[in-house]
Amino acid sequence: MAGHSKTIKVDYLARVEGEGALHIDYDDSGVQKVQLKIFEPPRFFEALLRGRDYLEAPDITARICGICPVAYQMSAVHGMEDALGIKPSGALRELRRLLYCGEWIESHMLHISMLHAPDFLGYPNAVAMAKDHPEVVKNALEIKKAGNALVRLIGGREVHPINVRVGGFYKVPENRELTALAEQLETARDLAEQLVIWSSTLPFPNYEWRRDNHYEFVALKHPTEYPMNEGRITSSKGLDITARDYENYFEEEHLAHSTALHCTLKNRGAYLVGPIARFNLNRDKLSPRARQLAESLKVAAPCLNPFQSILVRSLEVLHAFEEALRIIGKYQKPEEPHLATKPKAASGCAATEAPRGLLYHRYDIDKNGKITVAKIVAPTSQNQKTIEDDLRLMLPSFMHFPEDKLRGLCERAIRNYDPCISCSTHFLQLHLNNGQGQSS
Amino acid sequence: MVPNQQPVASSKSLPKLAVWKFTSCDGCQLSLLDCEDELLSLADQLDIAYFMEASSEIQEGPFDISLVEGSITTPADKERILEVRRQSRVLICIGACATAGGIQALRNFADVEEFTRAVYAHPEYITTLKDSTPISAHVPVDFELQGCPINKNQLLEVISAFLHRRPPQVANHSVCMECKLRGNVCIWVAHGTPCMGPVTHAGCGAICPSYNRGCYACYGPKENSNTGSLCHWWLEKLNVENTLTIENLRNFNPLADAFKVESEVRERDGRT
Repeated sequence: MAGHSKTIKVDYLARVEGEGALHIDYDDSGVQKVQLKIFEPPRFFEALLRGRDYLEAPDITARICGICPVAYQMSAVHGMEDALGIKPSGALRELRRLLYCGEWIESHMLHISMLHAPDFLGYPNAVAMAKDHPEVVKNALEIKKAGNALVRLIGGREVHPINVRVGGFYKVPENRELTALAEQLETARDLAEQLVIWSSTLPFPNYEWRRDNHYEFVALKHPTEYPMNEGRITSSKGLDITARDYENYFEEEHLAHSTALHCTLKNRGAYLVGPIARFNLNRDKLSPRARQLAESLKVAAPCLNPFQSILVRSLEVLHAFEEALRIIGKYQKPEEPHLATKPKAASGCAATEAPRGLLYHRYDIDKNGKITVAKIVAPTSQNQKTIEDDLRLMLPSFMHFPEDKLRGLCERAIRNYDPCISCSTHFLQLHLNNGQGQSS
Repeated sequence: MVPNQQPVASSKSLPKLAVWKFTSCDGCQLSLLDCEDELLSLADQLDIAYFMEASSEIQEGPFDISLVEGSITTPADKERILEVRRQSRVLICIGACATAGGIQALRNFADVEEFTRAVYAHPEYITTLKDSTPISAHVPVDFELQGCPINKNQLLEVISAFLHRRPPQVANHSVCMECKLRGNVCIWVAHGTPCMGPVTHAGCGAICPSYNRGCYACYGPKENSNTGSLCHWWLEKLNVENTLTIENLRNFNPLADAFKVESEVRERDGRT
């Protein structure tokens, strides 16, 4: 597959944090153009991976994003294993799921409590929110801490774990180390359940502007599990392919207005990845407690209101705790921490579910195990066009708002997606152009 | 550009903290948000005046303490760091990108135009510098905290030290010392596993050897590290290929002097 990797996106999208700008062109007949500009400096991961050893891929790609390093590590090792024709199973597979549960919990909780919840209640940050809602913030930090404890035990540390290896792990935990965590996880799970109920009471804006313009939801689907590391790539409009077919169905475009590439479905256009897409395609695979809670709170699939992503994320946190406790309850330490790996000239692909959505990796390696081609498509680049579409559809009803209020609304709509740009909670420079070349 | 030593008065009568991001993965500033137990009490002692990752409340400078994450890779970055320096009484670099160029500094050993063509369909849309450089290449810095990512406990110690106007207690010995303190059996001596521990700055808690793998030097060089001797041992006694030795010097801290110089020596030797 080497040779046609020209339109490749790099890492920067994983953390489009920093500055972005929104350009809106409008005239009397309505909103004409919406451009979300993202100008995170390129870091060239796909280029600098070339020539590096295949065993380094999980360590290097982790550095694409400090907020979801496990997602990059999981996609990297699965991609390499696809190339080498090996497949860790049993306890090794379960441990990877357990590690991913930890990242879902801590990453979702960062977004829920520090970035998203203050939006709904009118605070600039979680610290200010804590003054009026101390229990909510303290409990959220407690839940996040349990996720971090899980990542630290399996991965070695919270940010950029060191224990993930092609074929498995460098070291696997003892049974007693996992059972020692169970009590903390159970307590945090109960707090997570309260969090779901609390988030269901938030004042969600309506979503009339999306009723006739449904998203195409894209997520992994697995026969028996809520998807994390494995599954077919499916969509709400009938797509059903393996990761190996990804590049036949999806394409990236490099537009002048953004250093972030736009990924679309060929001949179909924008689509949505992330918690709402996962939930809508896999609601029946949620853990019993999360599913029952979703039912009692009347959170139906498909969920079409992007402002409810905070509620769906909370449900996924609860699910991740239940899944983690299930895995710990059955865990038997494997005899070997990893399968034997021997490099050969080959190509491999993998897609996993990062907290923010589908993450695709492809690698070509040579007979000595040196990487010759790397391609990485992060969730944010896949959602970027949908984010622009959301703004384009939403804005006509709100153009009469004062600029501050309009900017706040746009930021909120974008933050629903937890693109890494959401890290900067006040990132938007708003440029309004009324068609006569005048900015207002 | 000598830092102004006068404390900055805050409207809240608390020292003002700013957190700045340049080219990076966000992991080091995330370490601050990972202080689940200390975050709220930290907020009682500091006025978090500018922290884009965590707050939409933005105060004007100047600031008492600026934490700077990331390396300089664009013309805009070069301008912005000057302004950050002007606004900051104390400027502390956090992490491998800010202190040693980060993984993106691998471009410094390659052709960035070729990198751009390899990654982008339209290289003409991309504005980037030929090199990725640490903050100290552009402005004076008051303290550098190494690590990819930094250790959050060390970060709290550094913030606390500057708040109380005392020197930070950040050990500058090697990972080997931490490994011994953990009671690990040496994986190099006992198993022949190549390990960067002897030349690598402490701070991670020797996690890699504790997880049965060699240290890969994500904390950068320790003070007075003898990288030449280490590489000699890797090559001669452990039969590690020269290219792998260079890769271990050039990953997350490629511009740290002790690593950069030795990697260039090894590259030259490999060609002769």
